[in-house]
Order: sequence, then C-alpha cells, then structure tokens
Amino acid sequence: MECGNSSMKKRLSITQQEQMRVEQKVFEIFKILDGVSPHTRSLMLEIWRDKHIEFLTRGLRELAPSYSVLDANRPWLCYWILHSLALLGVSIDSEFENNVVDFLGRCQDANGGYGGGPGQLPHLATTYAAVNSLITMGSERALSSINRDKMHKFLVQRKDSSGAFRMHDAGEIDVRACYTAISVASVLNILDSELVQGVGNYIISCQTYEGGIAGEPGSEAHGGYTFCGLATMILINEAHRLDLPGLIDWVAFRQGVECGFQGRTNKLVDGCYSFWQGDVLALVQRLSSIVHEQLKLAHVREAQNPAKACYVETHNSTKGDSDPCGSSHQAGELSDIGLSFLEGQAEWGPLLNSIALQQYILLCSQVLEGGFKDKPGKYRDFYHTCYCLSGLSVCQYSWSKEVNGSAPLPGAVLGPYSNLLEPIHPLFNVVLDQYYKAREFFSRSW
Amino acid sequence: MDSDEEERIPYSLRKEWSDVTPLPQDDGPDPVVSIAYKDEFRETMDYFRAVYHSDERSARSLDLTSDAIELNPGNYTVWHFRRLVLEAVGADLHDEMDFVEHIAENNSKNYQIWHHRRWLAEKLGAEAMRRELKFTQKILALDAKNYHAWSHRQWVLQVLGGWEDELEYCQQLLEDDVYNNSAWNQRYFVITRSPLLGGLQALRESEVRYAADAIITNPENESPWRYLRGLYKGDNNSLVSNPEVSIVCVDVIKKNPIKKNPYCVFALSLLLDLLCYGFQPSDEFRRIVESLRNSDSGPSDYKLASTVCAILESVDPMRSNYWSWRKSNLPTLAC
Repeated sequence: MECGNSSMKKRLSITQQEQMRVEQKVFEIFKILDGVSPHTRSLMLEIWRDKHIEFLTRGLRELAPSYSVLDANRPWLCYWILHSLALLGVSIDSEFENNVVDFLGRCQDANGGYGGGPGQLPHLATTYAAVNSLITMGSERALSSINRDKMHKFLVQRKDSSGAFRMHDAGEIDVRACYTAISVASVLNILDSELVQGVGNYIISCQTYEGGIAGEPGSEAHGGYTFCGLATMILINEAHRLDLPGLIDWVAFRQGVECGFQGRTNKLVDGCYSFWQGDVLALVQRLSSIVHEQLKLAHVREAQNPAKACYVETHNSTKGDSDPCGSSHQAGELSDIGLSFLEGQAEWGPLLNSIALQQYILLCSQVLEGGFKDKPGKYRDFYHTCYCLSGLSVCQYSWSKEVNGSAPLPGAVLGPYSNLLEPIHPLFNVVLDQYYKAREFFSRSW
Repeated sequence: MDSDEEERIPYSLRKEWSDVTPLPQDDGPDPVVSIAYKDEFRETMDYFRAVYHSDERSARSLDLTSDAIELNPGNYTVWHFRRLVLEAVGADLHDEMDFVEHIAENNSKNYQIWHHRRWLAEKLGAEAMRRELKFTQKILALDAKNYHAWSHRQWVLQVLGGWEDELEYCQQLLEDDVYNNSAWNQRYFVITRSPLLGGLQALRESEVRYAADAIITNPENESPWRYLRGLYKGDNNSLVSNPEVSIVCVDVIKKNPIKKNPYCVFALSLLLDLLCYGFQPSDEFRRIVESLRNSDSGPSDYKLASTVCAILESVDPMRSNYWSWRKSNLPTLAC
C-alpha cells in the first residue's frame, strides 16, 4: 500500500502536471500583489476601461484575416462586443448602431431565425446572439427588425420529437440548443406550451451523477451546459425538477485555488467560467424556496419526485399565482417568468468566493492592451472578454438582495469603485436596463 | 490533400467553373465585424454561395465544399449542403470518413465535424462501429478529455454497440491518469448503461470498492469522491446504510492530519451528506470529527453535521460562504 502510494506520487499524471504549471503562473502573479503599496495594488486591480473600449470598438468595425474561422459566427462577434461595451457603460453612436441593425437584418432568414452571416442557414446559437445584440442596442429600429412571427415558426421547426431542440435544419441536439431557443422565445414574449413541451424532460436527463449538467444525456457535467440547463429550467418554470443541492455543490467545488472557475472536475481554470459557473450560483440565490425545500427534505426525499416537488413549489412560490404544474400556459404567461424572476429576493449571499473570483479575472484574465483571456499564457479574444466581464458584473452585484436595488457597497467591488460595471439579467445575459426596455417593447404586441 | 499555395488555380481561371457566376457576400454598404478575408477565402466562398444558391448537387459542388471546409471547418451551412450533395451524387461514404478524419486532425473540438461524423456512422450502420470506436480512441489519445469525442463514442456504443471492451478501455485510461474525470464519467456510463454488465445494482458493491481504493491512494482527487457519491444517485438510503462509505471518510481523515492536508474537505463533505441523509454516527465517529475542531471552528455543537460545517468553513476558505450556507440549511432530522 505504502509502496504503491509513493510510486503513484512520484510519477505525476498529465492532469497533475498541467494543473501545477497553471498554479505556478497564477501564484506568481498573486505574489506580486502581496508585496505592493495600496496605491499600486489599486492600480493593479483597475479595469483598463479605455483599452478595452478601444479593442472592442475596433473589432466591431473590422477584423483580421485570422477571424475567417469565425465567418459563421458573426452575430456572436456582434454580441460579444456589444455586450462587453454595454457592461462597461458604453453605447455605440446611432449611425453605427444602424449599421449593425442593417447587418443583422442581412443575417435574418426569410423564414425566421438568424444565420452566422448573410445568406447562411439560420441557426439557434447565432439567433440567440443576434437577438441579444439587438436588445443590447435597444433602439426602436433594432427591436422592430426582428420578425417575431417567423421566429416562432422557426423555433417550432427546430423542435425534435423528444422535446429538445436541434441547432439548425437536421442539426445537432443538445442543451445549448434548448437554452438558446427558450431564451429567445422568452425574451421576445413568444414562449408557449408548444415550445416548452418535453424540454424539461430532456434537461433532467442531462443532469449527471456529479450534480452538474452535460450537453447530452450520459456526457460529463460541464459549466457551459449547466448554465444553459438551469436557465432553461427556470424560464419554463421547472427548476424544481432538478436536484438543486447536488447542482449547487458541484458548481461550488469548481472554484479552485487559482480563485477562478474550471468548467469540469479536474480541468484547468478558465476565465469564461466566471460567468457560466458564477452565474449559476447567482441564479440559485433567487430559487431559495425550492432549494430550501429540497435541502430540508433531503433525508426523506427519494430522488426526483416531480409530484412532490411541484406541490412544494405551488405552496411556497413567491410568484404567487403561477402554477408550476400546469401545462396549459398561454404565450405571455410563460414569457413573464423572465421578468418575475427579477422580483424575487436573494435570501442568502453569494455561494462563491466573489472577491477571489474578481481577483482572478482582473489579474489573470485581463490583458493590459485591452480585452480578456482564458488564463495566463493565452491570447485575448472577444468571447473571453464578454464572459470575463459578465462574470465580473455577476460578482459585483452578488451581495445585492434585489436585482434592481441600490448600487453595491464598495466592499463588494474589488479594486477602485470605478470598476463597477452595469448589472445584467442573469437568465439572458443582457444588461438589465436594456432588458427592461426590450421587455416593454415586446409586451406591447403579440 | 496537401494544398500548396503556389499551385492553387483560382476558380475564375478554371475551365470547369466557367459557367458559374460567383456570388459575393451581401454585407451591405457599411459592414460591421467585417473580416479581412484573404483572396482564396473570398473566392471559394463566392463560388460556394453560387452553387448553394442554385442548389447544384454535383460532383464539382462536393469538391468545392471540401475547399470551403478546409478554409473554415466551422461553417455549418457548408457542411449541411455537403450532406445534401453526398446523398444526391451517391458518394462513397468511406471516402467521406477519410475526409472527416483529415479535417479532424486540426479541428477536433468543432461541433460540425462531430455532427457530420454521427450522420455518416448512422448511414453506414453497424459496420461503422469498429471504425468509430477506433477513431474516437485516436482523438482521445491526443486529448483524453475531448468532450465531443466522448459524446460521439457514447452515441456509437448506444446505437451501434461495441460495449465488450469499454470497461477495460476506461480502466486503461484511469491507469494512465486517475485524475481524468472524463474517464470516470465514461466508467459511470458503462456501469449504468452497458447491456452486458447487469446494471448499477449488480455492480455497485465492486464499484464502491474500486472508487474507495482510488480515494485511499489519492485522497485529493475529487473524481472518485464524486463517483462514489454518484453510485447512490437517487438512493440515499443505501448510501447511508453501506458502512464502507463512512469508513472511507474516516480512513482518509485519520491518515491525513487536517492542518497539512486540506483535501480532507472531500471526506468531510461526503460525511456531511451522510449526516444530512440520516446517518447515525457512532461515538468513535463523533470523537474523530470532534478532534478536527480547532479554536477557529467555534464551540462544539449539538449537531455533528453543524460541527462538520464549521470545520469545513475554516479548512476550506474558498467555499466558506457555501459551508456556512449549508450549516444554516441542515435538515431538521440530521444528526
């Protein structure tokens, strides 16, 4: 035993070697912070706003040839950049906004949905990116450019007989597809029982033995899919069907000694999971009545018992008149969940280490020339810029009881208070003000 | 397949394409997120747009999609059209497998190639099984945690079969790297879904032992801890009543003085779950937990579960919020 033990310890596995290399780099950075004056410390922890804005606005106009590999993701590039700018409190000028609206209009398919570029096949992920981009800009022209009638038809066509969604015509089925479809339908106020039917069963089947959610049934629990799965379940009012204590435990354990989050057990830290994992813990702060019941009944609860969980939810719901067991929702009623979710109060503080996470993002992911990256040694890109900033915003507001309450206390914001970003809607990941504006616009008709 | 820049003849100069008018991208007068395409990229896509628009499902369209995919394997529209063309021209799907493998060499983390591969394997049916298992094995040899490769492999097993050697394959990967959580996940998949092994109930005891051994050897490895816990997913009563589970926790705590080894966190965490699910601790058990308390952990508590939370709060500061939250939400009947 002892012998086997020591031989095991001598030869480090690939996972251990890679982990050690990253830890070394991260700790070197943190060590610098330890020895400096408060002034330098504050400087080191500052968000380099001007540099980020410069990097982002340049990208919104033109991109190097190397971006050709993202030629089928151009609405994503719009969203990553526009949302990053919005988090930094920057809105683009109206002339340029019109150019973006015009461009996304060219990506919109005649039969609904958006493709990765003009003339490309409509795809759920780029549809989500396009819709969120238009909401983030928020002008009447931007919001009215979305053909909601056709969009609903497009979403219905993407639905598989299992209830889950396919990314595009004859495309792949996964949890990402379910989230992007349900998110778009909800925020556009076109979510109905036809779209919801069966989605919950699919997501439930993707929650793994670890507690997190996988992309497909049987796969490994993963941060990105866990966000997508939980957000979907909340938007269709079926979050109580997940094992939430198990899910929370798995996510809480994904924050490592590097202070940032990893996407899967025993994988390396990555700045983008600041949002995917961090936001999950922000979401569950507003599911307290369901989580409490599941925790308190832990010792008698036999696995998933939808009937019981439903009963619990009905009698403890802070939403009052909503009926989580009913299947006869009408459009509008279901789409209200995204709004009423914001009215719930967070009954406990953040279950992540918010200050530690902010430290990882600011010191290990931030690039001084502008933009954010996965981890030290990697290069910046727009995807990581978007999700590092989104994660940072989630952290800064993680102690706020109300989503739209007063500004966070200085203690909640690491670095100078000028680091404070705009708050987001945690289910859609668009800036809160823009969400309200869109919500108002899309509730006028349909 | 080597595409030498020097030798590439533009489509516009190729006789066999002279009847096609390239279709430029409609980016509008003031494009945004405008990519500075290289000439080859722009021209290839202009010709692709032309045949896609006219829906020309021909041999030359197939060649054209090969070029377009080489330049951007993430273009799902090109892949989608390629499938329509493959069906129309009755292409040899084995050649297509070669093509996918060639593209996968540099792009093994792209959704499109794996979706295409699944489509191909589905069309070929059972005969594709061996090749698919080998192909995923090759990809996993380069990156043992490739998410898409694992998903594909699971799909192959479920739809085409080939379960015979899968448990051994997991075993071998775990011997290479016992921290490979994807391999643990695959082991769980095999244990719970293989039609040859008799299911979780039949294998649970031996799997508990397997996980416990891995834990004792590397108690800081989270994967076997989650695996052990997962063997009782949805059956907490059995988790609590199997003495082996609590013994593993106690063994790890006893062998690893807490101040040196914060990875006792996994042992304490499982212990906490046991207590929440109604585990009745012995006096010895209580003593061992109490011995971990230090001055930071506050006064001894009536509930052992509460004491465990307090210890975790102090030895696992990254999750101190989480443990304090667990402490305030203990089930009424927990010991």
